Parts: sequence; structure tokens; C-alpha cells
Amino acid sequence: MAEKILEVKDLKQHFGTIKAVDGISFDVYKGETLGLVGESGSGKSTTGRSIIRLYDITGGEIKFNGRNVQDKMSSKELRSFNKEMQMIFQDPYASLNPRMTAGEIISEGFEIHGMYKNKKERRERVGMLLEAVGLNREHANRYAHEFSGGQRQRIGIARALSLEPSFIIADEPISALDVSIQAQVVNLLKQLQKERDLTYLFIAHDLSMVKYISDRIAVMHRGKLVEIGTSEDIYNYPVHPYTKSLLSAIPLPDPLSEATRKRIPYKDEEPEGELSMHEVFEGHFVYATDEQIGRWYTGKKVKLQ
Amino acid sequence: MGETILEVKNLKINFKTYAGLVQAVRGVDFSLEKGKTLAIVGESGSGKSVTSNAIMKLIPQPPAIYAEGEILFEGKDLVKATEKEMTKIRGNDIAMIFQDPMTALNPTMRVGKQIMEVILKHKKAATKEEAKKRAIELLDEVGIPFPEQRFKQYPHEFSGGMRQRVVIAIALAAEPKILIADEPTTALDVTIQAQILELMKQIQRTSDTSIIFITHDLGVVANVADTVAVMYAGQIVEYGTANEIFYNPKHPYTWGLLGSMPDLDNDADELLRTIPGSPPDLIHPPVGDAFAARNEFALQIDYEQQPPMFQVSETHFAKTWLLHPDAPHVPVPEAVRKRIEGYLEKNDETSIELGKGGE
Ligand SMILES: Nc1ncnc2c1ncn2[C@@H]1O[C@H](COP(=O)(O)OP(=O)(O)OP(=O)(O)O)[C@@H](O)[C@H]1O
Ligand SMILES: Nc1ncnc2c1ncn2[C@@H]1O[C@H](COP(=O)(O)OP(=O)(O)OP(=O)(O)O)[C@@H](O)[C@H]1O
Ligand SMILES: [Mg+2]
Ligand SMILES: [Mg+2]
Repeated sequence: MAEKILEVKDLKQHFGTIKAVDGISFDVYKGETLGLVGESGSGKSTTGRSIIRLYDITGGEIKFNGRNVQDKMSSKELRSFNKEMQMIFQDPYASLNPRMTAGEIISEGFEIHGMYKNKKERRERVGMLLEAVGLNREHANRYAHEFSGGQRQRIGIARALSLEPSFIIADEPISALDVSIQAQVVNLLKQLQKERDLTYLFIAHDLSMVKYISDRIAVMHRGKLVEIGTSEDIYNYPVHPYTKSLLSAIPLPDPLSEATRKRIPYKDEEPEGELSMHEVFEGHFVYATDEQIGRWYTGKKVKLQ
Repeated sequence: MGETILEVKNLKINFKTYAGLVQAVRGVDFSLEKGKTLAIVGESGSGKSVTSNAIMKLIPQPPAIYAEGEILFEGKDLVKATEKEMTKIRGNDIAMIFQDPMTALNPTMRVGKQIMEVILKHKKAATKEEAKKRAIELLDEVGIPFPEQRFKQYPHEFSGGMRQRVVIAIALAAEPKILIADEPTTALDVTIQAQILELMKQIQRTSDTSIIFITHDLGVVANVADTVAVMYAGQIVEYGTANEIFYNPKHPYTWGLLGSMPDLDNDADELLRTIPGSPPDLIHPPVGDAFAARNEFALQIDYEQQPPMFQVSETHFAKTWLLHPDAPHVPVPEAVRKRIEGYLEKNDETSIELGKGGE
């Protein structure tokens, strides 16, 4: 496998009594897309926000390019970290300053990072970024509050791309967009990845899109990472009952199927014994006790209906 | 046909901006039947939120201008209603779940208290104790674990999807006649989403609630909608029953939408289909069909004149010149047709005929 760009070990992020993230470990390889899916409130955004240093973590370790991100950084190191790692935030309303124009928001980092020599070059770059996310050049002069939800989200995406980072945490980057623009943005993300060897941590609820964009998928539930594996494996041969339940609830654009949809319900178990990661197939891990894994896993790949 | 509870007629909304007058809603017509769900889908920026906020009279004037049209709720024109009348209607008769949950929540007030206030305001409980009990019940119904503890927390202590569920709980607390839900489940995982959709349907059955459901997720539309309106550039371009829109779409924009969704077995190496180009500038909307510039099937007339709504069936309408008797015959694009045929086959459905684009 390729080199690791990010290593997360036993990450814990607690808020008072709430264990938002409770001891999760995973690696992200250079050039791949790791999809992060799971229950609402399971700690996906918190994981992303911890990685990009928005929080002091409660426990564990996060390494980016081999360096512990929680270590004290010199201002030069910090600047480089802030350029290399970008986040597209889940909430396009809260994350854009309404008193700034779209152009100002997108070009905000150019100055700090000494990118592009003059105004004209910067304007040109902003125009290109706006077009890349399916907006018009003319939108540069409009204020954030004058845009619709989906348009704002695209400004957030353009801002994240503006500094040409190598690693992007995309927190629900497309859920506010209509499907044709989703397709456009996802194609753009894929194309950029190919050209520039970008790495993505892609947090989303739309499982058909996650499957399409991700090389591997990690499933979170109540602060734990319960299953991780290649997209193919997770979709076709899920082992953890929560993953099965999640996959059974994906709605299809097909009214007749929806009228007769049968979801697989999920009930939390209170297992006895120690929970740990079990490798069920190559590179496919499930968080369970020995007893649970004996029940859930037959040793054969069983296709989910 | 059932009883109509809300009728929107030729609604036009403009925004005064520094750059010019934005024609956000350009003549929208639809009606909502009692106890039914109308889903509105469409391009981002096409006017879905403005239309629904306009019904609630929740767009600030200025910059917004109600340029034309009527919004008839139980026969009364809300465009002309006073603020005092609207205050009575909001929440009580018509409740709204906003696209942005934080606009609906007070960041400095505990979540439970906010729900209780709505319950007490709309007299759904007599005492504080009762209201508290009901609020906790509602949190539980929208799938929030440990509702008693969560009751005491502030909105920023909730995840994105949990905040959205609080907003849903508040809207449901009022037991409104009409519920307008703007992207209510977008922030939720699919299992909780399914749970919320079931809850909404259950409430609809028991209290005959009418729902306007705005979403980008065509799977969700297929799950909830009785009728579907497809919007583009401030107008409804196709309107029909869910079956008509999903199995017999007529408008090239609808084809584009249905074609852009990835299949669960989409090959990761091929790019997704998209609709080329970008939507028109609503300060200077095109004279002809607003979709023409992006429509691979556009005719000469599309650049010159707006198409009228052509009627396809008693319930199905589409605003495309392709439906004119003299238009050339344009079949549904291959990829969309295959997908639809796949669904019909899977469901053993033979009575629905996948129509052609321009009969
Ligand atoms: N600043 C905070 N203070 C207190 N609790 C918090 C804070 N941020 C998040 N939480 C809690 O941490 C848990 C995880 O939240 P997080 O936002 O990471 O979830 P998520 O998986 O991103 O959910 P969603 O899919 O709904 O966005 C939730 O229980 C939430 O209430
Ligand atoms: N306050 C405002 N000032 C100026 N223009 C506005 C304002 N609010 C909305 N608009 C414009 O009106 C149009 C319709 O916006 P609306 O929010 O209704 O879109 P939408 O269909 O809900 O999109 P989305 O799916 O992205 O939420 C957009 O072009 C938007 O830029
Ligand atoms: Mg989140
Ligand atoms: Mg909207």
C-alpha cells in the first residue's frame, strides 16, 4: 500500500460526559478517499475537527505526514499545516462570514500564504475556482447571505481548494446540493485527486455517493468505529449489524420499491467481554467481542440483499 | 381529487441587490391537497426556499418584493395578510422546518425549553409538567438518545443532525395543518432519516397534515411524495404524481436530474453524468426557455420564446417545447431509460408505460 498521510490512534474526544469520539484508530493513505459514514451524532464531524486541530483532544494521537499534530508548531510549520490540510465545513451557513463577498472569502488565504502576485492574478484564480464549482465569475462580488444553501456550500468548497492543499476533510460537502451539481462537484474532486494526488476524508450521509467516491469506507456508531474496509466489501459483504441496517435504509429513486421497503432494524447490544477490531477479510475490520464476531461472521462473504 | 388547502398562483418574488434585481421566483403555480405530500426538487438556487419562505411571509421586505401572485391558504390570500394575522398562522396552522437549523434555534436557550415554549404557546399542553413530558417524548420520537439529559443542553452541544431533529420536533409540537420542510433530513443518516420520514407519515395519517417537502434526495422524494414539482430557474418545469415523474419524465432537466444520480453499482472509474453549463443569471433571465443553453435537445424556439405548460395527463404537466405537437420526436436518454426500465422490471410493473419525450 501507499504511504500513510494520516494516522489516527485511539483518538478520544470527550465533551464533559459525552464521549463524542471514544477511542478510534484508522489510517489514511496518500491519494485515497476514505469515506466516513455513520449515525448522526456518532462523532464524524468531531473526528474531522480534531484532525484539523480545532480541538485539544482528550486522548490518543493524530499524525499528519508522520508528525504529531498536537505538538507545538513553529509559526512556519503552522502555516504549512494550515495550507496542506483544509476542511469543507458541514454547515454552509455558519462557516461563511455574511459580510464578505464570495471573492473575498475564496481569496482570503492568498495573502497570508503569499500566493499570486497581483490583484489581477488573484481575481483570475477566484474566477476559475467559482467556475470549477459550478458558479459564475460574476458571483465573486455578491455577499454570502445572498446565496442559496447549495451555492454557499460551493463557495466553501472553492475556499478549501484555493490554497491547493494535499489533504481535504470534506464534511458533508455535497448534501446541500442538487444531484446534478453533486455529480459535478464529485467529478471535480475526483479529477483533482487524479491530477494532484489529493487525499480526502469524505464525511457524508449519501451512501450511494460515498460508495462511488471512496476507495475505503469507515462506519461510525456512537463514538466508535465499528467497521472499515474497501467500499466494495462494505457495501456487498457488511458484517456489523449497524452497517447492515444503514445499507438497508438507502432510499432509491423508485417509488414502487420505496412503497415496499423493508429496513433491517438495529438494536444496540450490551456485549460481555472485550471489544476489539477483528480482521474478517483482508483489510476489512469489524469492532466486536469474540462472541459477537462468532455470531456475525460465517467466514464466508455473504452478500447483503 | 381531495380538498385543496393551499394554492399558490403565479407567484413572483424579486430581490433588490447591489448587482440588480434578482428574479428568484418567476411565476410559480401549485396546489397542495389536504393530507398529501408535495415534494419540490430542483436546481440549487432555483427558488425552492424562497417559495416556501414566501408562503410563511418570512422573507424580509426589502430586499424581497412580492411582485405578483397569490398564496391562498384556506381561501385567504397570505400575500395580503397583515403581520399580526401571519403571526397567528405561523406555527399554528403552517409550521416550517428550515434548511438551516440554527436560524430556528436560539443558541442561548436550552433545547428542552425551546420545545416546551412551542408546546405551551400552541396550547398542546396545559401545565409546564405536561409540556416537559411531551417535549421529552418528542425528542425521543425524533430519535435522540437519552432525551432527558439532552433536554438540558444547548444547541451547540448537539451534532448537525441532532439540531435538525430538534427543529423537526419543534415543528411537530405545534401539530400544524401544513408542514413545510426545507431539506429536513439532509443532515441525517439514512436510518434516522427513514425513522423521521415514518414519523412524518404517521403524523400525516393521524392528523391529516399536508406536507411540502423540499429535498435534493430523489430517493427521499420517491419515498414520501404524492406529487412532485421540479423547479428550474425560478419556475416549475415539470409537475406530476411521483410515478409520472420517476417513470415517465418529460422535461430534459428532469432527465438530467434522474441521470446524475450514481447507482449503487456505478463504476468508480467513470465520471458521473452531469448537466453541462451552469444555471442562468436571475438578474437577466433568458427570454426563451431558461434551460435552453444547457439542453442538448434545445430547439430554435427555445431561445426565442418561453414554452407554456403542456399537459401530459390529467395530473402531469411539463414546460418544454418538446411536447409541442410539431416538435421532433426526442426519446428519453438511454441511461435514464435503462434505469427506469430496471426499476419497473424489478417491481414486476408492466402497467406503467415509459413514454417518449415529444409525442
Ligand atoms: N462543542 C460540543 N460540546 C458538547 N458536545 C458536543 C460538541 N460538539 C459535538 N458534541 C457532541 O458530540 C457528539 C458527536 O457530534 P458530531 O458533530 O461529531 O456528530 P456527527 O457524527 O458529525 O453527526 P452529524 O451526522 O449529525 O453531523 C454528539 O453527541 C454531539 O452532541
Ligand atoms: N436575500 C437574498 N438576496 C438576494 N438574492 C437572494 C436572496 N435570497 C435568495 N436569493 C436568490 O434567490 C434564488 C433562489 O434562492 P433559494 O434559496 O430559493 O434557492 P433554493 O432552490 O432553495 O436552493 P438550494 O437548493 O441551494 O437551497 C438564488 O438565486 C439566490 O441567490
Ligand atoms: Mg457532522
Ligand atoms: Mg434552499
